[in-house]
Amino acid sequence: MESSPPTGESTRREEEYWRRNVRYLAFLLAIWFVVSYGFGIILAEPLNAVTIPGTGFPLGFWFAQQGSIYVFVILIFVYVVLMNRLDREFDVDEVSDA
Amino acid sequence: MNVTSWTFLMVALSFALYLGIAIWSRAGSTKEFYVAGGGVSPLANGMATAADWMSAASFISMAGLISFTGYDGSVYLMGWTGGYVLLALLLAPYLRKYGAYTVPDFVGDRYYSQTARIVAVVCAIFVSFTYVAGQMRGVGIVFSRFLEVDVTTGVLIGMAIVFFYAVLGGMKGITYTQVAQYCVLIFAYMVPAIFLSLLITGNPIPQLGLGGVDQASGMALLERLDGLSTELGFAAYTSGSKSTLDVFFITAALMVGTAGLPHVIIRFYTVPRVRDARISVGWALVFIAILYTTAPAVAVFARANLLGSVAGRPYADVPEWFTTWEGTGLISFDDANGDGIIQYVGPNAVDGAGAPIPNELTVDNDIMVLANPEIAGLPDWVVGLVAAGALAAALSTAAGLLLVVSSAVSHDLLKRALRPDITEKGELLAARIAAGFAVIVAGYLGINPPGYVAQVVAFAFGLAASSFFPAIILGIFSKRTTREGAVLGMVLGIAFTATYIVWFKLIHPELNSAEHWWFGISPEGIGTLGMLLNFGVAIAVSRFTQAPPPEVQRMVELIRVPRGAGEAHEISA
Repeated sequence: MESSPPTGESTRREEEYWRRNVRYLAFLLAIWFVVSYGFGIILAEPLNAVTIPGTGFPLGFWFAQQGSIYVFVILIFVYVVLMNRLDREFDVDEVSDA
Repeated sequence: MNVTSWTFLMVALSFALYLGIAIWSRAGSTKEFYVAGGGVSPLANGMATAADWMSAASFISMAGLISFTGYDGSVYLMGWTGGYVLLALLLAPYLRKYGAYTVPDFVGDRYYSQTARIVAVVCAIFVSFTYVAGQMRGVGIVFSRFLEVDVTTGVLIGMAIVFFYAVLGGMKGITYTQVAQYCVLIFAYMVPAIFLSLLITGNPIPQLGLGGVDQASGMALLERLDGLSTELGFAAYTSGSKSTLDVFFITAALMVGTAGLPHVIIRFYTVPRVRDARISVGWALVFIAILYTTAPAVAVFARANLLGSVAGRPYADVPEWFTTWEGTGLISFDDANGDGIIQYVGPNAVDGAGAPIPNELTVDNDIMVLANPEIAGLPDWVVGLVAAGALAAALSTAAGLLLVVSSAVSHDLLKRALRPDITEKGELLAARIAAGFAVIVAGYLGINPPGYVAQVVAFAFGLAASSFFPAIILGIFSKRTTREGAVLGMVLGIAFTATYIVWFKLIHPELNSAEHWWFGISPEGIGTLGMLLNFGVAIAVSRFTQAPPPEVQRMVELIRVPRGAGEAHEISA
């Protein structure tokens, strides 16, 4: 497969890059899980006792049908920013390829 | 001009646009045919992905489904959007880095095995066909309802259009057509939603109107709806009737299934770089979220309207839209007690003496979106616009699926398995013939749908969740996963899921209720268990089989780093 790093053992730098990536993933997916499965499903019933101030939304229902979707969008864009920064830090970004 | 001529005009204009784009963006090479040359901008790809993803079911049926199930409908909203987070974080960037043309390509190379490739090809074709049948049916229904031609003619017209731009343009034609289709469908969805929101809550933004105040009663809209629902013997709108465990499993199956659907994954091969793949998923979800956050609002407006202006009213003074849609059979009133009052009640409704009250009104899910323009009293051209939007949703999804089928045949089966020496020209011709053939099969399935379409769709998600998703994730995140582990995991995962669904949906539909399900998990949610089984088997078997060859392990290391992605290309593994 065509690629710039020479074939051979993965470098320590590559491993460190991957560890940081996996840490970001774990953090973002934890939020993903909490807003949808946590607030939107498991805790939906108790959260419905609370109404979002100024609106008619029961909180659990809002997370299930609106809030979780907004959070999903934000999570992806946060991931993009984090990874672009990480790519530059480890000098594995693709600016030179473009 | 009347409704029918407006509809003809809108549909004809939108079709002319798609055909123009198709002629402008003909594919000249296999690379253009499979991945649009790999040069699509992330924003355009996001829009195309959104159109590809949102089918006739999202456009026509989803709001209606939510309208009748209330909170339980959340599984579709979360399930069909949350999968994009998985796609962005766990799949798209790495698959783009790998740079194959198709999903079986990756599976076959990563697991150094033709068996894995063939298993993946069979899954891809099966998943895509079950899905596409529903789309062609959607096309037929729109044609027959709005243009007063029969369903068969409608499907044939739809087939001709898709045939033209999918066969001619391949992924390149499909991508740019889908961008146009997204614009048509989202405009058609939002215009009636905004007017309905203004009409009912006085707020032009449907997402806010949903949490707003009902202008007729001065109460919070959702609170009033909960009250009306329980009064009439339905479950309260904002709390569900499904078990929490089942909601959990269905949501997970839909999320993971979404991330594992080949026609969605394949879209991220079309952008130039890994970083474009990441942000492109973000744009796709933004464009999808616009419709998916509007749908629950439309559902509530339609529900409130139905309970407020139809239920309990004398049949003689129903609103005009009611009479119009009665003609289509989508809404029907059977005056069981002959009192001329429309008794629209839920299963829990009892009269003063505790005897159950019979329901006299039958409403089809699909009416909620299709009748919106009339309910909101909008001009005739909006009705035409909604028809054009529904067709855009169905055609864009059908085209994306047909491309998966054609590339699975011409690239994965022919080029990578049976005839590796085939020329570029020969492969392109084979891809076009396969696409043409797929359109015909899809059309046939659209005219003669296998069983109940919605039931087959549950199949597609369950299978994608229990087959591709674990194989791809482990392929990227665990270097140690072996060919034996992956193949066995996929086969057992699919076999388990398929057996469960076939058992409850086709062989013993009478047993399809919570007390017979395993752990109370419905066939819609069983894909999650299949996925866990696949993961477990793959990990366990990999521990006891010989580690993958060093060049495959090195390949996995390279996939993890963005630099050097280049363009989507042929791999010589």
